[in-house]
Amino acid sequence: MIELTYAPIATEALLQYVASERAGAVVLFLGTTRGVTGSARTRALDYEAYEPMARQQLDALRDEALRQWELERVAIVHRLGYLLPREASVAVAVSAPHRVAAFEAGRWLIDELKERVPIWKKEHWESRPASWVMPGITDEVAPSEPEQLAIETSDEGRSDD
Amino acid sequence: MTPAARLYRVRLFAAARDRVGRESIEVPEDGVGTVGQLRAAIEQRYPELKSILSYATFAVDQEYAAETTPVDTDQEIALIPPVSGG
Repeated sequence: MIELTYAPIATEALLQYVASERAGAVVLFLGTTRGVTGSARTRALDYEAYEPMARQQLDALRDEALRQWELERVAIVHRLGYLLPREASVAVAVSAPHRVAAFEAGRWLIDELKERVPIWKKEHWESRPASWVMPGITDEVAPSEPEQLAIETSDEGRSDD
Repeated sequence: MTPAARLYRVRLFAAARDRVGRESIEVPEDGVGTVGQLRAAIEQRYPELKSILSYATFAVDQEYAAETTPVDTDQEIALIPPVSGG
């Protein structure tokens, strides 16, 4: 089950999809929207995707996980559009006969998704201009102002566990 | 009459799209046969994309491409700024 959606993620549907008689373990990861990062507050995140390529990359990740670990089923749903704090932006569900494979594959899938899949998020901060999150550089979108580049101090846990 | 020069059409996303204000840009075919050459041609025509270009990758027909990957004007080409999904 691979999906891009503009609707709230239906975690129950993911869990039903991965359920299997041969599974002794189900792992569900949710990437959620942080409203607070240090002293900065976020009003919303806005996600956009190169949709056909994002779906292909997600399919490929699922196929790779199924090859690398002994799994029953994999489901990945990524939400697009505006998200408020606490809402889930991404869900990865994995079922497997044994929990080691489920945990390892689940972690691998979200780590790889964050590196590979052509999806971008724009962070709408409470008290500074909105900015596209771009690991390596941070670009403030202000076409009328001189170009400014700020290097992100840390890429760790931008909207991560 | 000479036929019109062919153009590369490059899809833009996220910060690159906001920077230029358009969903795609065009680059003439002349002298551009690889992704690397396309990158250089885009930088020349759209200097506002310079900072993003230095961190971006390209996708050709929805597959990530290397600098040496050949490109043709009938392919789907996209400029992929550093991704931040998840």
